Amino acid sequence: MTAWHVVLIASIACVALKLVGYGVPATVLERPTPARVANLLTVALLSALIAVQTLARGTAIELDARIPALLVAAVLYAVRVPFVVVVLAAAAVAAAVRAVT
Amino acid sequence: MGEADVPDAASADGARGRTIRAGIAVGLATGAYGISFGALSVAAGLDIWQTAVLSAVMFTGGSQFALIGVLASGGLAAGPAAIGSAVLLGSRNALYSVRMSPVIGSGWLRRLAAGWLTIDESTAVATAQSTPPLQRVGFWVTGISVFVAWNAMTLVGAFLGNALGDVRQYGLDAAAAAAFLGLLWPRLRALQPVAVAVGAAVVAVVLTPVVPPGIPVLAAALVAVVVGIANWWPQAPEQLPVNSTGAA
Repeated sequence: MTAWHVVLIASIACVALKLVGYGVPATVLERPTPARVANLLTVALLSALIAVQTLARGTAIELDARIPALLVAAVLYAVRVPFVVVVLAAAAVAAAVRAVT
Repeated sequence: MGEADVPDAASADGARGRTIRAGIAVGLATGAYGISFGALSVAAGLDIWQTAVLSAVMFTGGSQFALIGVLASGGLAAGPAAIGSAVLLGSRNALYSVRMSPVIGSGWLRRLAAGWLTIDESTAVATAQSTPPLQRVGFWVTGISVFVAWNAMTLVGAFLGNALGDVRQYGLDAAAAAAFLGLLWPRLRALQPVAVAVGAAVVAVVLTPVVPPGIPVLAAALVAVVVGIANWWPQAPEQLPVNSTGAA
């Protein structure tokens, strides 16, 4: 298996997954329970991604500069600072913490 | 943008403008961790073309980071595991496309293009809008601006990869988490999504040391399925219809 095999197989599979949902009848989502589950799924996956990207390094839990960066981001979102500014601030906090530790 | 001068009759245009600006802002912010991806991908052993194809074709950041993460630690021998974790992480996009399908409307070419652009960011901005036309605008503007920024900055990151050295030094890994938090934030205005968010984060962290990369995030999705079907901490009925996130 070459690197190109890995790249192309995974890419095509991911595109196929994105297209699957456009084949499901819209009426499926008009019932309250599927609609509620679909909305909550987005919340659960985003939250899990944040947790993993903040705390995980491979399969290890690693507490580092990402934590103060995320806390600063949360505070800035709470006071309605724009998205782009918050993301840049988070990167700056992580970089600063790493520079002094 | 001179909005103070716009009369009330044009408030629909104002809402449209806000949606467009929100989508473009998400695209610009995404570019910041596109650099991170490009640099990490080259560091993981892929060349610039393979890195560019991942961003252009796969075009789903979580899966791309998962793929190069596994390759970085296991090399080409871990190819099947790398594909597996990318696909497992990408399966959430199938759920997003189910969610977006009624918003996008008919026409196979449009649905094919929409499928390609169905990612966390485009779905999140779309579902945060209050009406179907605004959801459509939010989806396309966000999807296209993220696509352009993500691919451009991936290339920049790949070329700069060796020069940058450790991208963590620049805090770009933290930028990725902060960007996802920005997408989650507007959804946390009721008890039910907050409970799901906390539960999902705990499940993902607890499972991280004991299962392969990619699995913790998928397992966390079960929290949403369980809470959603049981309807614990129910929201007010008017927040349940399909065109509302129950949040914004």
